[in-house]
Amino acid sequence: MLTSILSISLGAILINNFIFSQFLGCCPFLGCSSKVDTAVGMGLAVTFVMGLASAICWVVNEYVLMPLGLAFLQTLTFILVIAALVQFVEMFLKKSIPSLYSALGIYLPLITTNCAVLGVVLLNVQNKYNFLESTVYGITGGLGFLLAIVLFASVRERVEFAEYPKSFEGFPICLVTASLLALAFMGFSGMKIFG
Amino acid sequence: MNIKKQFKDGLITNNPVLVQLLGMCSTMAITTMFFNGIGMGISVLIILTCCNVVISAMRKIIPNDIRIAVFVVIIAGFVTIVDLLLQAYVPALSESLGVFIPLIVVNCIIIGRAEAFAAKNSVGASALDGIFQGLGYTIVLTVMCIIREFLGSGSFGKGIINTVSGIGTGNGLQIFPEEFGAKLLTMPFGGFLTLGCLIAVVQYALRKSAEKKEKEGNE
Repeated sequence: MLTSILSISLGAILINNFIFSQFLGCCPFLGCSSKVDTAVGMGLAVTFVMGLASAICWVVNEYVLMPLGLAFLQTLTFILVIAALVQFVEMFLKKSIPSLYSALGIYLPLITTNCAVLGVVLLNVQNKYNFLESTVYGITGGLGFLLAIVLFASVRERVEFAEYPKSFEGFPICLVTASLLALAFMGFSGMKIFG
Repeated sequence: MNIKKQFKDGLITNNPVLVQLLGMCSTMAITTMFFNGIGMGISVLIILTCCNVVISAMRKIIPNDIRIAVFVVIIAGFVTIVDLLLQAYVPALSESLGVFIPLIVVNCIIIGRAEAFAAKNSVGASALDGIFQGLGYTIVLTVMCIIREFLGSGSFGKGIINTVSGIGTGNGLQIFPEEFGAKLLTMPFGGFLTLGCLIAVVQYALRKSAEKKEKEGNE
């Protein structure tokens, strides 16, 4: 039990990192990474929602969709659950922890359309994880996202001052930077944990 | 809205991936094989066109406050239809695209076009917009697939021969031996790098043509 959870978490953070090896959540990754502060905020918000969404969607899938034979509605149901969840989290934070709310502010609604969130939920179903494994995969997947976006943002802050061809201005140079980070993360691939 | 302008917008000057920078995740993730690129491109084209038509037809009755939620439900419906059709008729494609078919729901191209175009324009114009933007997306995917597949494993059209006509080994055309390919390009690293270089090329071309126009204007 413990070993499976440990291997899921290490896998999600390093070996199968959501960004660098599965390409999930690239839009916010590229969009919200011009400063380290905003990258941290976005990463934390995503981690929180991914963990919560994994847990809730597992319950919905196991106790509502499966018994009713509605597995074909998974995509539709999950996206609605995620959208509702993000809305509730936003309302809850606004009432109870206003400081965190103002820090996350604009990023919260954006999370609905983050493919890492829907991706983790669908992968949970595909891999047939149980409740605990799903939740752990959600949270650690989010932590992997956090790690990736913070690393990327800190590199990007430096790239700003570097010299590069004019055609690479803006997005292309970011993608090249990301490709080099992906190359670094490839060092983890092939690592096997506990057989 | 004239057709010619929409066509040029979708394919080049306002290309969804290269200029609007939408839908990056799928562009980088699935472009390792020509077959994947075509399959994904056509799926998105169909979904985008259908969604644009429906949303445009309903634009007057959708309340403004909950429009995003309504869009998402419509998109999710069409994505489910395409997903089930692919599973039934092209299982090989469905297997190799995996989780990225259901993820079309959160592909920013579709919700982006719904919000930016279909919610404001007539049904006919929206349908054309869907087709042209979808074509622009498909072309980018195909170009990326060809580059990555050729340089990465020295082949062309892997998987497509076997699936479409039922003959051949499904290995495609082997242009140079696989062991000489730059394997890295078929890995995530290659996805980021190829897309970065492609966008740089397009930025270069657009800048050059803008400069040329400016020069002509001055003379």
